[in-house]
Amino acid sequence: MSQSLSQNEDTIVALATPNGVGAISVIRVSGPSAIPSVDKVFSGKKKLIDCASHTIHYGRILESGGEAIDDVLISVFSDGRSFTGEDSIEISTHGNPFIAQKIISVLLLQEIRLAEPGEFTKRAYLNGKLDLAQAEAVADVINSRTEVSLRGARNQLDGILSKKIDSLREQLIHTSSLIELELDFAEEDIHFMSLQEIVRNIDEIIEEIEALLKTFSFGKVIRDGVNVALVGPPNAGKSSLLNYFLKEARAIVSEVPGTTRDIIREDLFIDGIMFRLFDTAGIRATEDAVEKEGVLRSRNALKEADIVLFLNDTTVGFSEHLYSEILELNQSDRIVRVANKVDITRPEPDKYDVQISAKTGVGMQSLFEKLKAVALGSSTYTERTAIVSNIRHYDSLNKANEHLKSAKESINKRLTGEFISVDLRNAENDLGEIVGKITSDDILNNIFSKFCIGK
Amino acid sequence: MRSFDLIVVGGGHAGIEAAVSAAKMGCSVGLVSMDKNGMGRMSCNPAIGGSAKGHLVHEVDALGGAMGLIADQSGIQFRTLNKSKGPAVWAGRSQNDREIYSEIASSMVAGTQNLSIIEEMIIDAIEEGKKIVGVRTAHGEEIKCKALVVCSGTFLNGLMHTGMSSTKGGRFGEKPSVGLTDSFVKMGFEAGRLKTGTPPRLHKNSINWQILDEQPGDVPPLPFSLRTPKDKFPYQPQLSCHITYTDQTVHKILEKGFGDSPLFTGKIQGVGPRYCPSIEDKINRFADKERHQLFLEPEGLNSELIYINGFSTSLPVEIQFEALKKIKGLEEVVMVRPGYAVEYDYFPPHQVDLTLETKLIQGLYFAGQINGTSGYEEAAGQGIIAGINAALKIQGRPEFVLTRSEAYIGVLIDDLVDKSTNEPYRMFTSRAEHRLVLRQDNSDQRLMKYGYEFGLIPKEMFDELKQRELVISKAKDIAEKKRIVPNDINPILERKELAIADNADTITKLVRRPELELKDILSVLPEDDEFKLLISDDKVYEQVEINIKYEGYIQRQQELIQKMEKYEKINIPLNFDYLKIKTISTEGREKLGKVKPRTIGQASRISGVTPSDISVLLVYLKS
Ligand SMILES: Nc1nc2c(ncn2[C@@H]2O[C@H](COP(=O)(O)OP(=O)(O)OP(=O)(O)O)[C@@H](O)[C@H]2O)c(=O)[nH]1
Ligand SMILES: [Mg+2]
Repeated sequence: MSQSLSQNEDTIVALATPNGVGAISVIRVSGPSAIPSVDKVFSGKKKLIDCASHTIHYGRILESGGEAIDDVLISVFSDGRSFTGEDSIEISTHGNPFIAQKIISVLLLQEIRLAEPGEFTKRAYLNGKLDLAQAEAVADVINSRTEVSLRGARNQLDGILSKKIDSLREQLIHTSSLIELELDFAEEDIHFMSLQEIVRNIDEIIEEIEALLKTFSFGKVIRDGVNVALVGPPNAGKSSLLNYFLKEARAIVSEVPGTTRDIIREDLFIDGIMFRLFDTAGIRATEDAVEKEGVLRSRNALKEADIVLFLNDTTVGFSEHLYSEILELNQSDRIVRVANKVDITRPEPDKYDVQISAKTGVGMQSLFEKLKAVALGSSTYTERTAIVSNIRHYDSLNKANEHLKSAKESINKRLTGEFISVDLRNAENDLGEIVGKITSDDILNNIFSKFCIGK
Repeated sequence: MRSFDLIVVGGGHAGIEAAVSAAKMGCSVGLVSMDKNGMGRMSCNPAIGGSAKGHLVHEVDALGGAMGLIADQSGIQFRTLNKSKGPAVWAGRSQNDREIYSEIASSMVAGTQNLSIIEEMIIDAIEEGKKIVGVRTAHGEEIKCKALVVCSGTFLNGLMHTGMSSTKGGRFGEKPSVGLTDSFVKMGFEAGRLKTGTPPRLHKNSINWQILDEQPGDVPPLPFSLRTPKDKFPYQPQLSCHITYTDQTVHKILEKGFGDSPLFTGKIQGVGPRYCPSIEDKINRFADKERHQLFLEPEGLNSELIYINGFSTSLPVEIQFEALKKIKGLEEVVMVRPGYAVEYDYFPPHQVDLTLETKLIQGLYFAGQINGTSGYEEAAGQGIIAGINAALKIQGRPEFVLTRSEAYIGVLIDDLVDKSTNEPYRMFTSRAEHRLVLRQDNSDQRLMKYGYEFGLIPKEMFDELKQRELVISKAKDIAEKKRIVPNDINPILERKELAIADNADTITKLVRRPELELKDILSVLPEDDEFKLLISDDKVYEQVEINIKYEGYIQRQQELIQKMEKYEKINIPLNFDYLKIKTISTEGREKLGKVKPRTIGQASRISGVTPSDISVLLVYLKS
């Protein structure tokens, strides 16, 4: 017996796995008529409606003419015990996009419509299956494209960020209590916290929030990847390096300066982080119209780059001129100065961050390490670290931080508790917004539980 | 058959405000009390006001209520608490002569037109078609009414405990009120039980005052009421309180009685307040605290009784006495009356609406302890709102609701309705999210317009306020423009050991400096200066200084209020069926159905309603 807990009238369908050829594709159906509707196109041993929740069944999906489209495995989630909190079906088929599309189009002939982007997550959230932070993390899982990214999203799903925010909120509530205590219970014979102690508490919270804020650039990196521009004078070996990275002769390499004209884009994964490589035309003054256009594109790529790999041919020497041009467009800590062709000549000392040979592969390990270090900043990331990868969370944390700072300002201005408290409460609300908690009687409850109040 | 527009049950602090305001609004009011001379009894400590409670008294006063006037006339000590902090948390507190308080309250009630006192006990409320139509007295008389305000204090099935013995009663020496609870339960109300306590009373002459710390009142004392004439105040001679402490010996003695404590043995079922625990509770819960502060407060000018604040207890009499004698200054003490705990019925307040009318029965209002609050001031705040609304309803006029950003009274009632309560509810400034704008000093600017509208505030007073507001805003304008030259201000800066000024600053800028006060600036202005003359009035001076000094914060608070207003303005239909929205959590659905919030703002404050419930609700209200 299945029964929908949902108030959503519609039943929706969508491909749950990324579009493309994989081993299997999963099609998800959710909503009040999910089970009976799929039943109409399913042929198996039993009717799905008679199957228990959380069971898997082998069978076939049939076209309207009765012809089988494919063999499938169907998972049944009834009584609302599913990801969305509604009755759901998951259909696993062979990972051929044509088959998945065909099955979906058959389902659309039933009382089922195509889901809007994020609609499954939205339903899960509205049905109380996920809190806001989790819902956003799920969206990240879906959109995440890299291995580390997936780990980041999962660990947030597990609530590491939520837990961290909760504990910061608790610290804040405690500090607020100390202030409120003195306002509402001034007559009591209790030890009131000194301002220094309150400042120290606030400082601790600020420090933790700032550490979280720092993880944001990292969170963004693991979610979206980084753009890396291979830039340098002609013949420096940029295309050779690209080919080395990709382990194939992707770009044309020649001893003629000005070989590369158009930008060549390829993805490289290092330890799960996605680097989007842009091999560019060597930058120099030129009369050749095509090369000129290429150089223009190189300069544009420089602007877009998160990281600049500035390649130099050590047989020629470090191009100071080009370096100062790059410095105008990019932060120095985002530029990696690379000496290439060290198999021929030793580079001048102190000019380079990394020394390599695109020909022999010398120094590649340190180049990888360097790329990773620049991409991730100084943050050390483990599975247990709370990471901010969502812009809304980042904003709220920023606001909380600002409020805490103005609370400190009030203290410096020698204003009393009721003024300090305005900002502390705002900060608490900001944190509450991340985890979806609204201030209620937390402060008073904390006071009553920790202090002997009442004459 | 006797008949009134409005019947008010109970002549306590809520009942007085309800009855007097409705009578002044033109309703015929019958005030039912078991003793016509016992109006406004202070059943617990002989004091009015205190942190956040002082705010309530000022607000009741600005609405045209009685409490501030009675407290001023019977006060034997006045202090402003939190004077070292900012004006938002300054709070007036008075010690009062218990007898005089009650006498003044009784004569004020007796002197109110349209108001009759009915010396009776009400045992039954009568409804027809979910509308109140009358009451029945213990003598079987039926009295008709169009509305009923119940302010029964601790009297509903009151039960007093000392040690393992208990007596029926709402207050020492007074009978409980029986019957009414059953009457309401039969109508479908849910009742609960609460507990409160009171300390022993000591004989004044048995205390060794010389060795105790004295706590005198403020000089000069400040009244609560805007209507109290300056030349008559203070009405009574002023007295001091004294302070003493318990110690380990006292705690040990008290612990001996824990086995016979109605509290610890589970004899008391009602839930007591966490902010005002009994002494045995304090010792039990905070075992490592070595001493507890006690205040010895006079009960009146001619009273021999001393109230020992902080020593509320329901332990056996012998234990109370033995422990008291070990307290410094009380070695020879005579205990005139032991402390006791009192249990009483209340009706969890989610059952009333923001007007204090019950959701179940039209024309029935609850105010005061019956709604689960504690404190005279909380009672008075509800009393006046219930009285005004009952009168408005009888007269077919629109209802009156104060918002959280307007008044502590608004916070109080909104909290009660949205969150209900299962312990006695007391007001704290921290409950008010808009604390900086809800000050004692501006209660007239916030609320007097309503008092005037309902005819509870005389026209001259309201005109005076309007006039004052004009002067205040003019003075603020001048302060923005008028500059004080370095020559004038530097002597003051030097005296305060501050860096001297190079440029002329405006008054506004100078007053905003934490080290400077408005009066510093006044001291350098000539006697006939326009600004100086404008702010010569104390109230104007105070408003100008506060408004300038804290403008940044006040403005930010206003912005926040406006931001929240968005949600306060999204109405939810009263008959909205939450059960049909399965996407709201089970708890959320149940709570929403119980409270029946009027707005999304209110809904979001209900405990157990999650932010995602609110977003679902918003989606549904839009579609
Ligand atoms: N010995 C040696 N030769 C290298 C190395 N890297 C590149 N070369 C040679 O240098 C020449 C130029 O290499 P490319 O990779 O085409 O240089 P590029 O920077 O892409 O040049 P443009 O596209 O013209 O700007 C080729 O002949 C490469 O074989 C190296 O590490 N060692
Ligand atoms: Mg090239």
